[in-house]
Amino acid sequence: MARVVVSVPPSAKKGEVIEIRTLASHPMETGFRHTTTGELIPRDIITTLVCTYNGAEIFRAALHPAVSANPLVTFNTVATESGTLEFKWTGDNGYSVTASAPISVV
Amino acid sequence: MDRRQRLQRHRQRADQRRLRFLALSLLLAAGTALPQDSRKSGYEFMSRETQAMQNDDVTGPAVLYLLDGEALWKRRAGASDRSCADCHAAGLKGAAARYPTLHHGKLVNLEQRINACRTGQQKAAALPYESKELLALTAYVGRQSRGLPIQVETTGEHASYFEAGKRTFFRRQGQLNLACAQCHDDNAGRKLAGSTIPEAHPTGYPIYRLEWQGMGSLHRRFRNCLTGVRAENYALGSPEFVELELYLMWRARGMRIETPAVRP
Repeated sequence: MARVVVSVPPSAKKGEVIEIRTLASHPMETGFRHTTTGELIPRDIITTLVCTYNGAEIFRAALHPAVSANPLVTFNTVATESGTLEFKWTGDNGYSVTASAPISVV
Repeated sequence: MDRRQRLQRHRQRADQRRLRFLALSLLLAAGTALPQDSRKSGYEFMSRETQAMQNDDVTGPAVLYLLDGEALWKRRAGASDRSCADCHAAGLKGAAARYPTLHHGKLVNLEQRINACRTGQQKAAALPYESKELLALTAYVGRQSRGLPIQVETTGEHASYFEAGKRTFFRRQGQLNLACAQCHDDNAGRKLAGSTIPEAHPTGYPIYRLEWQGMGSLHRRFRNCLTGVRAENYALGSPEFVELELYLMWRARGMRIETPAVRP
């Protein structure tokens, strides 16, 4: 189940630094492991996470095989205006999940 | 001093050290069962960072399983076309603190009780032990008992199962010839290689274990330990494991349910 969780404060003061937390359900198979019979388990990871704030990209992360399963990515941004934060995870084997969260800035 | 003398002296000192260690071990072994008031959950042996993962109810790793569990709880299944929520509208608060217990004359743990409901009431296929679905559902049911004290029945019809579990806990097993009690009673809090030996209180199962990169049951954890002492293992959900689970839950009586816990 491609489940994701995002945590964005529902409201903030203009100019305030807010913390954004994202969690994605993913096995993050490294591509370096072998089965008990010696076959290589193919790589299956999330490769990018992009966050846009009212359409403008504010955060981008490239993920690599060393990142653990179910990666938690936390970052900060400045609350500038009310609107929507959109998140998009993409990865191997056509993995693509989106989520969004509203924020009201006063 | 020539080389031989030096070696001789070195050996004597090593022997003395070994004797002192043995004496200390014997002293510690004398007070086997842990005093109840000083018991510690595995949570207290973890680093602050790992504790923070467990405390995070919004983006903690176990949250993903809780959300899956909630979806399963509400999903209709089987020939009865009913969901868990249809019958248990008020939830199952306290259930996780009471299991394992008897169900139709057989000792079952929470996972098995959920499956008994699935096959008996929902007329659906049982979920495989250790499947993601059963772990998620068990975590969701267990979460409803968070903070409640563990209280299992050990007398009457439960007594024979309880005694069997207790015997397993104190029985030496495997090529290393170790009993559960030798690590988890006698040497809890000390180090086994780089890891602290916890007191083995099953307060937070199923757990999200960092080493597993996912959720796992208490029986999976048992199998880890038994592999560690190179003993012949029991199957997941086997009667021996459920009996041991009953003994451990009694041993943790009064401690608070933490499900779903995070462990390193």
